[in-house]
Amino acid sequence: MQPIITIKGINKTYTSGFQALKDIDLEIRRGEIFALLGPNGAGKTTLISLICGIVTPSSGTVHVAGHDIVSDYRAARSTIGLVPQEVATAAFETVAATMQFSRGLFGKPRNPAYIETVLRELSLWDKRHAKIVTLSGGMKRRLMIAKALSHEPQILFLDEPTAGVDVELRRDMWAMVRRLRDSGVTIILTTHYIEEAEEMADRIGVINQGRIIVIEDKAVLMNKLGKKQLALTLQNPLERLPEELAGHRLELSADGNEIVYTFDSQAEHTGIPELLRQLGKHGIDFKDLHSSQSSLEEIFVNLVRPRP
Amino acid sequence: MNLYAIRAIYIFEMARTWRTLMESIASPILSTSLYFVVFGTAIGSRIGAIDGISYGAFIIPGLLMLSLLSESISNASFGIYFPKFTGTIYEVLSAPISPVEIILGYVGAAASKSLVIGVLILATARLFVDYEIAHPLWMISFLLLTAVTFSLFGFVIGIWADDFQKLQIIPMLVITPLTFLGGAFYSIDMLPEPWRTMTLFNPVVYLISGFRWSFYGIADVSVTVSLGMTLVFMALCVATIAWIFRTGYRLKT
Repeated sequence: MQPIITIKGINKTYTSGFQALKDIDLEIRRGEIFALLGPNGAGKTTLISLICGIVTPSSGTVHVAGHDIVSDYRAARSTIGLVPQEVATAAFETVAATMQFSRGLFGKPRNPAYIETVLRELSLWDKRHAKIVTLSGGMKRRLMIAKALSHEPQILFLDEPTAGVDVELRRDMWAMVRRLRDSGVTIILTTHYIEEAEEMADRIGVINQGRIIVIEDKAVLMNKLGKKQLALTLQNPLERLPEELAGHRLELSADGNEIVYTFDSQAEHTGIPELLRQLGKHGIDFKDLHSSQSSLEEIFVNLVRPRP
Repeated sequence: MNLYAIRAIYIFEMARTWRTLMESIASPILSTSLYFVVFGTAIGSRIGAIDGISYGAFIIPGLLMLSLLSESISNASFGIYFPKFTGTIYEVLSAPISPVEIILGYVGAAASKSLVIGVLILATARLFVDYEIAHPLWMISFLLLTAVTFSLFGFVIGIWADDFQKLQIIPMLVITPLTFLGGAFYSIDMLPEPWRTMTLFNPVVYLISGFRWSFYGIADVSVTVSLGMTLVFMALCVATIAWIFRTGYRLKT
């Protein structure tokens, strides 16, 4: 299937000389939730702003729904809804008026029924006559999303949508994003909360210092880069591991009560049966065991950690 | 042409006017009325007629211009500065709109508002002094042209300003003095040399002179020159705005 966004060789150097984006190539698939992860200042917002027309690229091309974002900006931008990181609203306008403004800006005639659907979906319908300044922080954030959806976009950019949002609202937003995806909207989100990407994304891109270092299906990424561990709680503490077991990737805890075995989850043979046999041979009994997989957070930290 | 977008911006900007009706409309009318009371009725009654026009009537075009200039500039500059300040400009920049459409929305709204104020001031003046309009079509043309030109100028200031102070500086330090010295309250023929010649470098002289001609058929400089100078200033503003959008100056990075 034709990707909905195609980014080729994008570079962005600000007038200060700072290069925010370096040779970005990226394709976003229609209908997916794509999470862009990266530390502060990695270039996430610059990349989003560039696709949306707020930042001008220094070189390279971006096509959105088949339209070049520079030469055919009207068609390209019409398909995009943007929710920026900062909550910025016309404080003294009413919710209904600002929705109408947003829809008009994107060249769409009035459609009160659609606006009502969006506002209801985001629990803002009761507030439609309220001035924005009177809304709570969470409501303002939802309003930002409502505005971005006001012109029925095919693509929704969410730049740190849940930064500073309480747990309940975050869960609500996730549910809403899933419903949107189910209705056919492609979603690109940046986030600091890795659990958010882990929970939501179909694919993950990691950006660091202006470069995309990984683009992968979430499941593959977690499998490929994640490691699994098996922890065994021993019946009797050990002083040291038997020499024959040293070849295995084993670690004995300081108190001698636990053995941790690290293995490659992708390998055909995990080596667990062999390990258990060896332990039995040496008369090492265990009373409990559990296995764990590294989280996306650990994978992420490993990826962006400066290498020595 | 994204007509819906132009309409959206225009309505949004006009809504701000209605919301702040007192500051937007009442205050310029009040301040102009004060001018009429002080200069037109109180002092004016002791000043002789200029070119056969009573002093109270003589100052009407100048006072109208004074309000029109400052209102056009402040409406347009605030209109574009405020979304930059609050960050809501992202929506306009990411929307499928061309620079021309942005200008039509913002400048159109600012010019409409100052035109409304201009008409209201003209009506208010009627309460204080009698006047006639010799060339009504020219009067309307000058009114329209000035409102649009200085709204364009205000748009430039709004883009340029990166704090509230800069927003005020040009109207306070440049426009008000130029208007006062531009013959709003006197005919520049009353000035001795070299002041008279120096005054000819003040662009506002041409605006006021042309405008006064449309009222009373008298002018300090020829009406063609007045019109020409206004159009030149308009062209300068349009060129500056074209440059702003081409380079993204203070709008895009």
